[in-house]
Amino acid sequence: MGGWVKIAAIDDIPRLGARVLRREEAEIGIFRLEDDRIFAINNACPHKGGPLSQGIVYGDKVACPLHSWKISLVDGKAEEPDMGETACFNTKVEDGYVYLEL
Amino acid sequence: MEKLGLSPPSLFNFKADNTMQKMKLVVVGNGMAGMRTVEELLKIAPDFYDITVFGDEPYPNYNRIMLSPVLANEQTIDDIILNTRAWYQDNNIKLYTSARINKIDRKNRIVYAENGFSAEYDRLLLATGSKPFMLPIPGINLEGVLGYRDIKDTNDMINAAKTHKHAVVIGAGLLGLEAANGLKIQGMDVTVVHKNAWLLDRQLDQTAGQMLQKNLEAKGLNFLLQKNTEQLIANSQGRVQAVRFKDGVEIPADLVVMAVGIRPNFSLAESAGIYCNKGIVVNDTMQTYDPRVYAVGECVSHRGISYGLVAPLFEMAKVCATHLANFGIGQYKGSVTSTKLKVTGIDLFSAGDFTGRDDSEEIVLHDAVGGVYKKLVIKDDKIIGSVLYGDTTDGSWYFQMLRDGKAIHEIRDHLMFGQDSLGNTGHQGQDKAAAMSNEMEVCGCNGVCKGTIIKAIQDKGLFTIDDVKKQTKAGSSCGSCVGLVEQILASTLGGGYAPPSTSKAVCGCTEKNHEEVRAEIRNNKYLNIPDAMRGMEWRTPNGCATCRPALNYYLLSTWPHEAVDDPQSRFINERVHANIQKDGTYSVIPRMYGGVTSPNQLRKIADVADKYAVPMVKVTGGQRIDLLGVKKEDLVDMWKDLDMPSGYAYAKGIRTVKTCVGSEFCRFGTQDSTQMGIDIEKAFDHMWAPHKVKFAVSGCPRNCAESGIKDVGIIGVDSGWEIYVGGNGGIKTEVAQFLCKVKSHDEVLEYSGAFIQIYREEARYLDRTVHWIARVGLDYVKQRVVEDAEGRKAAYERLLYALQGAVNPWAERVENRDKHKEFETITV
Repeated sequence: MGGWVKIAAIDDIPRLGARVLRREEAEIGIFRLEDDRIFAINNACPHKGGPLSQGIVYGDKVACPLHSWKISLVDGKAEEPDMGETACFNTKVEDGYVYLEL
Repeated sequence: MEKLGLSPPSLFNFKADNTMQKMKLVVVGNGMAGMRTVEELLKIAPDFYDITVFGDEPYPNYNRIMLSPVLANEQTIDDIILNTRAWYQDNNIKLYTSARINKIDRKNRIVYAENGFSAEYDRLLLATGSKPFMLPIPGINLEGVLGYRDIKDTNDMINAAKTHKHAVVIGAGLLGLEAANGLKIQGMDVTVVHKNAWLLDRQLDQTAGQMLQKNLEAKGLNFLLQKNTEQLIANSQGRVQAVRFKDGVEIPADLVVMAVGIRPNFSLAESAGIYCNKGIVVNDTMQTYDPRVYAVGECVSHRGISYGLVAPLFEMAKVCATHLANFGIGQYKGSVTSTKLKVTGIDLFSAGDFTGRDDSEEIVLHDAVGGVYKKLVIKDDKIIGSVLYGDTTDGSWYFQMLRDGKAIHEIRDHLMFGQDSLGNTGHQGQDKAAAMSNEMEVCGCNGVCKGTIIKAIQDKGLFTIDDVKKQTKAGSSCGSCVGLVEQILASTLGGGYAPPSTSKAVCGCTEKNHEEVRAEIRNNKYLNIPDAMRGMEWRTPNGCATCRPALNYYLLSTWPHEAVDDPQSRFINERVHANIQKDGTYSVIPRMYGGVTSPNQLRKIADVADKYAVPMVKVTGGQRIDLLGVKKEDLVDMWKDLDMPSGYAYAKGIRTVKTCVGSEFCRFGTQDSTQMGIDIEKAFDHMWAPHKVKFAVSGCPRNCAESGIKDVGIIGVDSGWEIYVGGNGGIKTEVAQFLCKVKSHDEVLEYSGAFIQIYREEARYLDRTVHWIARVGLDYVKQRVVEDAEGRKAAYERLLYALQGAVNPWAERVENRDKHKEFETITV
C-alpha cells in the first residue's frame, strides 16, 4: 500500500466520463459520476479485457465499449446475467483534487 | 472514502423512511400472474411494500404452461419451478402455501385463510386464476375423473397411467390434446371426445383441424367427434369405468380428463362483494371496483374478456405493478393472442380472426400430401387472422403484422411465401429452427447452440426475446439470428409466447417509444439531455447506454445548431473520432472523397504509418485506407501529421461514397460516376444519422460500385441517373429498391439528400435505411421524395442547413488540444 496519491483536478475528468491512469504496465479508469462522486476501477472488463474507461457512464455503472457488459463502478461486478469482477481502488476528493489509494 | 457501497440516488426511490411503517400488500394466488406482478413491482419499487403471498397449492410459483411437457416425460416438476422458496426469502416475501383464502374482510382490510392464518392489507392483489369447467353430468365426482390444471392433476394422471389402461379426454382444445398426447406417452389407450366437428375448433378451421386429427391418429390417439357426453358410469368401487354418450354408445374409461374449458375463479371476490361479471371486473389499470383491490390473470374480466393464455397475463402484470408502485402510467388495453400446440412433432399456429367474414379475403396455400396448410385472412389491406399448419416458420411474422395493423399491399404477392429473412449469415443458412438439431449453432456471434437456448428457456423460465438475449447472449450481437431464436422460443413455450410489438419503449428508462420521444423533443423544444429526461419523466437519473446515444441523436437532428451535443452520450468511436479495436487500440481512416487519392496523400499516409509504427495498413471495403492498431494518445499527433479530414468510418452518419471509374476512363461508362461520388461525399460530409449511411455511384448498369447494396445507390445510364434506396450488404443482404430516375447531377444531390434527410428525421435510432423503409413502406418514401416536389426541396434545404459550418473533427482536436484532455493519459 503506497497511501494516497494525488492524480488530477476533478475538473479534468468529465462528468459521466473517465480518464485513464497509467501506472507501470497497469491502467486504472478514473470515473466521475453526475453527482461528482469519483470511482476507480481496473481498466479491463472481466469479459474480454475491454478498456472500461472508454465506455458510456450512467448511474453508477459503465457499459464496456467492446461488448456492452455493464460493470458496477461501486464494486467492480458485472451486471447479471454476466458474471465477473474487476478490481476497485479507493478514491477521495480534497480541495478539488482527486486522490487514489494505491 | 467514496466507496461505501452506497447506491446512487434514484428518481424514484420509494424507500420508506425508517421511522415509517411500510404499506402492506397481500397477494391471493401464488401463480404466474400474481408472481409476475410481484416481480415487476420489485423491479420498480423494491422497498415499497411488505408483501405476503397466499397460495392454495403446496408448491412455490411454477410454470403452469409447462405441465404438458411434464406429462409427456419431457420435463420434471423441479424443472418448471419459476420462483424457489429461497427467492421469496431473498425478497422478504412472506409465503403461505397450502393456504386457501376463503374470506376477505374489506372493512377491516384483512384476509382469512382456511387453515387459520390471516393478514392485514393496505392493498390487495387477487390472482386466483381459473378452474377447469366440469360438465354438469352425473358421475363427475367419481374417482378417476379430473380436470387438468395443476401439478396435482398432472401427478394423478401419471399415477393413473401406471395402473389403468383406458383414458378418455373430453374436449379437443389445446389443453385436452396436450393431455391426450401426454397420457398416450404414459402408455394409456387414449380416446379424445369432442362435441364439435373438428379438433381445436377455436384455433383452427376445418381443413387444418382435420390435418391435425390425421397426424394425431398416426401417433395412436383415437377421436370421437360430434359426441355429447351424457354420464360417467361407476364400477363397484366407486371409480369411473365407462363414458356414455347421448346416442347410447358407451366406451370404457378408467381415467376421465375433463378439458372442455376453464372458468375464471372469482367466487372469493364475489363473496366479498367485489363486482364480478363472469370474472372479477377490472378497469384498464387492473383495479377492481374496490380501489384498494387489484386483480390480474385468468380470474379477471377486462372489457368483457377473460384470458386463458399467459402472454396477456404478463401484460396485465406490468401495468398493475406500475399502479401498485404509485407510478400510475400503464394502461392495459386488451391483448390479441396467438396459440401453438405443445405436442412435439406437430407444428400449428393460429391467431386472430381465422375464419373470416363476408367482407374479408383469404389467401390459402394447401399441400395435403406434404402436410402444409396456410391461410391468411385479410380485411382492408391488413391481416386479421392466420392459421398455419405443418410450417409455422412465419407465424410470428404474420402475428406481428396483425398486431401492428400493417398495410400489406406492397408485399401481398409474396406474403404467403414468408419473410425469408432468416437464411442469412452466421447460422449455416438455416431458417427453420425445427429442422435444426440441438447441437447446431444458432448464434454465430456468441456461439450459442439450439439446445442451450431451449435449456435456458425451460430452466430459467424465460418468456421474451429480451430474456433469452440477456441470459444466453443469443441474438444479442448482430441480431441476424433473432428470427430463429424467436421460433425456438415460440415452439418451446407454445401459447405462452407473445412477440414484441414493434412500437416498443426505447429502453427500460422510459415507457415512451422512439416516435413519442422524437415528438416530445420537437414539440417541447428540448435542447439538452437533462431537460429532455426531466421533461419526459425518465425513470433513471441519467439514462443508460441505450437511451443516451439515441436522445443525443434525436436532439441534434431535430434542433441542428441549437441542441447541445453531449460527448459522454456518444459511443466511444464517435467521442474520439476513431474506431475502437478489440485490444483497445484505434483505427484511423482519412477521407478520400469518392475513393480518389493522389501520390502526395499516399506518401503522407506512408510516412505517418512509419512514424507511428502502425501495425497494419489495409484497404477497406469502402475504398479507403485504414491504419490499424493506433494508441489513443497518438491519435491527435497522427491527425496533425496526416493533415487530412476524418473519414467518419466510425460514425452513425455518412461513411463513404464508393465509385467506379466512370466515363472519364472506362470504355463502358455513360456518366462521370467518380465526380458524382466526390460531389455527394463533399455535400453530405460530417452528416450524423440514425445509423451508418453508405452511398455508391456506378457509371453504367454493370454497376461495378455495387450500388445495389447501399443505403443510396446511384447508377448512371445514358439518359441520366437511377436512384436506388434501402440496400444493405451486411448481416442480411438486402437489394436496394428503385426510387426514381433523374436527369441531372443537381437532381441526384437533391433527391438523395431529401431521402436521407427524411430518414434522419423519422427513422428510429439504429435503424438502417432498409429497416426504416420496411416499416413506413417504399410508397411513403416515394410520395415524400419523388411526388412532393416542394417537400423534397424543403427537406434538402433542411439537410444543407444542418450541415452548414460543420468542421473537420480531427483538425478541431489538433487545434484545441487543451480542451480535449481525454486523449491524454494520467501517469503517477
